[in-house]
Parts: sequence; structure tokens; C-alpha cells
Amino acid sequence: MIEPLWEVFIRSRRGLSHVHVGSLHAPDATMALRNARDVYTRRQEGVSIWVVPATDITASSPDEKDEFFDPAGDKVYRHPTFYQVPEGVDHL
Amino acid sequence: MLAGMDSFQATIEADGRIEPRDAMPEGYRKTLIRQIAQHAHSEIIGMQPEGNWISRAPSLRRKAILMAKVQDEAGHGLYLYAAAETLGVDRADLLDLLHSGKQKYSSIFNYPTLTWADIGAIGWLVDGAAIVNQVPLCRCSYGPYARAMVRVCKEESFHQRQGFEILHTLCNGTEAQKAMAQDALNRWWWPSLMMFGPPDASSTHSEQSMAWGIKRHSNDELRQRFVDMTVPQADVLGIRVPDEGLTCDEETGHYSFTEPDFTELYEVVKGNGPCNQQRLAHRVKAHEDGAWVREAAAAYAEKQAAKAQGSAA
Ligand SMILES: [Fe+2]
Ligand SMILES: [Fe+2]
Repeated sequence: MIEPLWEVFIRSRRGLSHVHVGSLHAPDATMALRNARDVYTRRQEGVSIWVVPATDITASSPDEKDEFFDPAGDKVYRHPTFYQVPEGVDHL
Repeated sequence: MLAGMDSFQATIEADGRIEPRDAMPEGYRKTLIRQIAQHAHSEIIGMQPEGNWISRAPSLRRKAILMAKVQDEAGHGLYLYAAAETLGVDRADLLDLLHSGKQKYSSIFNYPTLTWADIGAIGWLVDGAAIVNQVPLCRCSYGPYARAMVRVCKEESFHQRQGFEILHTLCNGTEAQKAMAQDALNRWWWPSLMMFGPPDASSTHSEQSMAWGIKRHSNDELRQRFVDMTVPQADVLGIRVPDEGLTCDEETGHYSFTEPDFTELYEVVKGNGPCNQQRLAHRVKAHEDGAWVREAAAAYAEKQAAKAQGSAA
């Protein structure tokens, strides 16, 4: 019997988003949360925990990463640094 | 655009990080699985020599600290098993390999903890040596291993300090207490030096691991770093490192020291240390005794899932 794998995400304090910290095995979501508390927050590293079954995560493929992210590669005009601001213009 | 192994090589050369689903040479994957598993096994076997003293800790404060430390080591084992699993192995299989003796753990945990001072010596020397080994691993080329090490290193410094504090207290106590601290240092010094592995000249895996960015410093470099860091601390305690050949080079600030007897290390690795059989037997028993808990948790989860399905239908 192999217990399912859960990915663990922790919000370290209010105002920050949850960040992936690792994974663990547990038979169900309740146990996964308890185990995550004991494994990943022994020093008050978190105020909120998410556990997600690892099999429920859909990820982009590392093999296609270049094609997949290519469309953003030639759109430098999406960054403010692309634009020239005339001398003397403030707050822009 | 680089694909597959070219992309791997380019990432390594740029000192980048390899992530779980990236293409990687089979040897890289195998080396990491072996090293991370052995590291994880060491963390959980390492709970035994110290766990042995929890019920006999000399005060409630010491007992609470020791329990927290031993619990941390369990946590370290879990971070590391999780990191190993990202390489496509199952934790259950790794535990089987440990239990059948096919995978090793650090030989240091095959020595007995005879007195309370040994708990101090373990924290100070064994966790101290582990820190020296682990800090460079925070920059290991494999992302999940490096991240686990960052977490581990943050926790280790408390381990080392509590050990030093135990010895410091003993060294400022009665003559008998100080003698106990000295005796612990005498017994743990050489095995601690061996934690860095065989001398560079006879280290088999080192070169390839360096090229892959898994290892960042040689065994002898790390051993030197440990000695340089530890000897002045022994001076503060007022106890003597049991090495007649120990001298300090005033110019470089480095100590020269006697090499440990590595035939002892090879014997312990082969299974002939003082506690090898005891440690493994205890681990297997703990695993087997815990089977009913895992089965009960699984049965409960199944029942709850069935209930949830029933109410949804
Ligand atoms: Fe540890
Ligand atoms: Fe530790």
C-alpha cells in the first residue's frame, strides 16, 4: 500500500501568497494537513497551509519550454523600460 | 535552442539548477538518488543514539530540547525522502533498501552513546560536521536537494549550539563532569573526522560529482574546515582534542592534524561497527510495529472517501 503524494504550499505570513515547500505522503487530506504542519511548520513558518494531491497538478512540459514561452520573448514593449520619456516629465 | 542533454550540460556550465522533469544523464539521476537516499537514511537512523537519552535527560529543559532536536532529524529525513522522490523513486522502496542493507547510512550513527556527555558531543561534533558538509549542498545543482538543504541548515545551528551548551555546562561543573566531557570528545573526535569520507586520493565518486555540481568541495577540504572551526571551540571548553600531532600554522591559521584511521571507517561501513546490527534491527522493528497505524489510516481514508461518494451520488 503506497499512500498518495501531496504537494505542500505555505503562506508564511498574512499578505504573502502560498509558496511550494515540498511534498509528503498521507492517506487523506486531513492527515496530509496535519503532517504538513509537523514537517514544514515546526518553527512557525506558516499561517496557512494548502495540500494538493500531486496527481491533480497539470504542469507545462520542460521539453517544450522554449516554444511554450516564446510568444512573450519578442514583446519588449510590454515593459515600461521600452519607452523613452522626455526630459522633465515626472510621475510617468 | 538547446534540448535534452545539451540543455542539461549548458545549465550545469552556467551554474544553473536542474529541476525534476528536466532531461538528465542516467548517471546523474542515479548518483543523486543514492546520495539523497543515504542522506535521508542517516537522518532517521541518527534519531536512535540520541533518542536513547530522552528519558534520561538531566532536566526538563534538556529533555524538551532533545525531543525537539530528534523530531527535527525526523523532519530532515522527510524533506530528503521527498527530494529523492522527485527523481522517480518511491520512499517505500528506499526504506526497503535501507532495511535490507542494500543502501547505507552515515557510519557515525553506529557508535554508542554511553554517557550524557555523548549527547553534547553529538550536537557539537556530529551536527557540526554535518553543517560543514551540508552548507555547500545548498548550492547543489539539483534544485529539490538544494532547497531541502537550505531548510535543513537553518535548523542545524540550534542542534550544534545545544550540544556545545551541554558540554560547556559539564566543563564548568565538577571534576567528574569535566572528565565525562573529555571522554566523550576522545571517543567522538575520530569518527567525526571520518564523516567527511575517505581521503581525496581514494574517494571514488568525487570527481564526477564535482563536474555535475553535486559536490562543491573535496572531502579533505571539508575535513580541514571542520578541524579549523572546532579546535578553538574545544579550547573554550577547556578540553583537549585527542590528537598528539595537532599543531596550528600561525601563518595560514590552519591546523595540521593526524588523519583518522580509515580502516576503521571501512570496517564500520561493511557492518562491523559497534552498533550496526542494533540500529538496523531497531529501525526494521519500528517500521513493522507501525504497520497497523498506516493500515488503520488507509482504511479510515477509504471509508471517508466512500462516504463522500455515497452522499454525492
Ligand atoms: Fe539533520
Ligand atoms: Fe541535526
